[in-house]
Amino acid sequence: MKQRSLLLRKIKNHLLTAFSVSAIFFAVAIMLWVIWTVICHGKDALTPSLLVNCSAPYGSMAYGIGNAILGTMLITLGAAIIAIPPALLAGIFLAEYTEFPRLAGAISFAANVLMGMPSILVGLFVYTIIVVPTGKFSGFAGSVALAILMFPVIMRTTENMLSMVPNTLRESALALGMTRMRATLYIVCRSAKNGLLTGILLALSRVSGETAPLLFTAMFADSFPTSYFTQPTASLPILITEYATNSPFEVMHQIGWSAALVVMLLVLMTNISTRIFFREKKYGN
Amino acid sequence: MKISMMKTDSCFKGICWFCGSLVLLLTAGFFIQLLLASTDAWKEFGWRFFISSEWNPAAEKFGALPSIVSTLITTAIALIFALPLAFAAALFIADAPPLTSSILGHAVDMLAAIPSVIYGMWGLFILAPLMQKYVQPFMVNTLHMDKLPFVNSTYNGFGLFTAGLILAVMILPYICAVLRDVVKMTPAVLKEAAYGIGCTKLEAAKDIILRYGIRGILGGILIGLGRALGETMAVLFVIGNIMNMPKGIFDSASTISSTLASNFAEADGLQRSALFALGLILLAMCLCIQLLSQYFIHATKAKRGE
Repeated sequence: MKQRSLLLRKIKNHLLTAFSVSAIFFAVAIMLWVIWTVICHGKDALTPSLLVNCSAPYGSMAYGIGNAILGTMLITLGAAIIAIPPALLAGIFLAEYTEFPRLAGAISFAANVLMGMPSILVGLFVYTIIVVPTGKFSGFAGSVALAILMFPVIMRTTENMLSMVPNTLRESALALGMTRMRATLYIVCRSAKNGLLTGILLALSRVSGETAPLLFTAMFADSFPTSYFTQPTASLPILITEYATNSPFEVMHQIGWSAALVVMLLVLMTNISTRIFFREKKYGN
Repeated sequence: MKISMMKTDSCFKGICWFCGSLVLLLTAGFFIQLLLASTDAWKEFGWRFFISSEWNPAAEKFGALPSIVSTLITTAIALIFALPLAFAAALFIADAPPLTSSILGHAVDMLAAIPSVIYGMWGLFILAPLMQKYVQPFMVNTLHMDKLPFVNSTYNGFGLFTAGLILAVMILPYICAVLRDVVKMTPAVLKEAAYGIGCTKLEAAKDIILRYGIRGILGGILIGLGRALGETMAVLFVIGNIMNMPKGIFDSASTISSTLASNFAEADGLQRSALFALGLILLAMCLCIQLLSQYFIHATKAKRGE
């Protein structure tokens, strides 16, 4: 057998360790760098008046992102209302009603396809099924697009969380004479409540920063959203895109950075606090 | 009483069944819609759509080749940078003590939580100028990399290479999450046996973990690939958006998704149909990747990175 020098092997091994450490350092450093840049560039222009004023084209005195903040909240809330109930039920279907294995397999696969789908295609899809027939860009269309993105994510987490609930719990509920619906809703779902909430909040935080699906659905407007179903609705990500790419003016870039700071705080705060509040719990077994 | 209870019960089951099937309907809907909306383009150009590199709205001539090639190049650049980093990081995270491991794991996951439009802005205002001032001059003037094929000697900070780098940062957490699971799922007995006969960590990683989890690793790569193919905003900001066949990696170009984002609003008629056709191509690519990754991930039962 060929002898290999121990020194060489050790050196190689240390090189790997060094590379591993620097890789993780690099990843964390990039994250901090991005966050730091946004904070540095965004904090100066971030004044209370900017947060409440309506956005305006270049040249006017009062700049603001208030309408975009409100619009983002409206669109995300709308998406949550549309997506959460059916997604929970679909998750229940996958986890609890195991008598259709082939259908469940097909659904799982379709959900993975949807989750891996580029979000811009969702924008195109909603554009054709809602914007074209109604003839109007609207906040509602934006909500539908985000809801389609959220749906499979919530469904998968629901399925995972429910299948972690021990079977004995299900059986005891059924043995007490509960119907399956009651056992599912009041016993199984309740015991997996934290997990379900985590899934929903993480999905919400993820879609609230999405831009591509809103480009052709909610569009943008320099006014406060007054009609959710019939008017283009401003949103922070679109405002950032508009101000950063389509405007040569330094003022607009400043506002763009501030808007980016607001989006980032919104998304990261939800994300981090969700992870801290509902830390992974192990169920039974 | 009893009968009505049974009724609500089966009603509930029916509703759940319907909600589950919604996913199937939606997925099918995407294909049907894109196919219908792009029929004009397919009729007009047929298979030539794939090989024509002309994109001329005035003459109504459209070809998908430049954007397909650009999409593939940015994705390849992203993978080349992200993969070794992700694997090394996953090795470290999986072996670290529990607290360090969970903090670092969450920190890497945060990279995935930052919205893509923020990466785009960062790329546009920070990374692209940096590339133009330091990195690309270094690559061209000091390392003389312009002697290599597909590396231009002119550069302006924007283009395929910068887009690929940003994509690498964005897909790193997804690949890393899958690889972490793969490393953790290698049976401890195997690793211990390797250490027992005197393997170093490198040898254990190379000969045990890599071989045992090769399917999971492939699955992770494919998930990263899918992400990189479809990413829109971050790419849109830094790629330069020119519908030309790229000659080198510093060229400005336009990927499928950035073409859709920048041209769709103003397009109509045949151009819009051609854009839908591009969307269909992208969807088909993602479906293939999903099929493969499902196959590999299923084989190891690793959880997909979220």
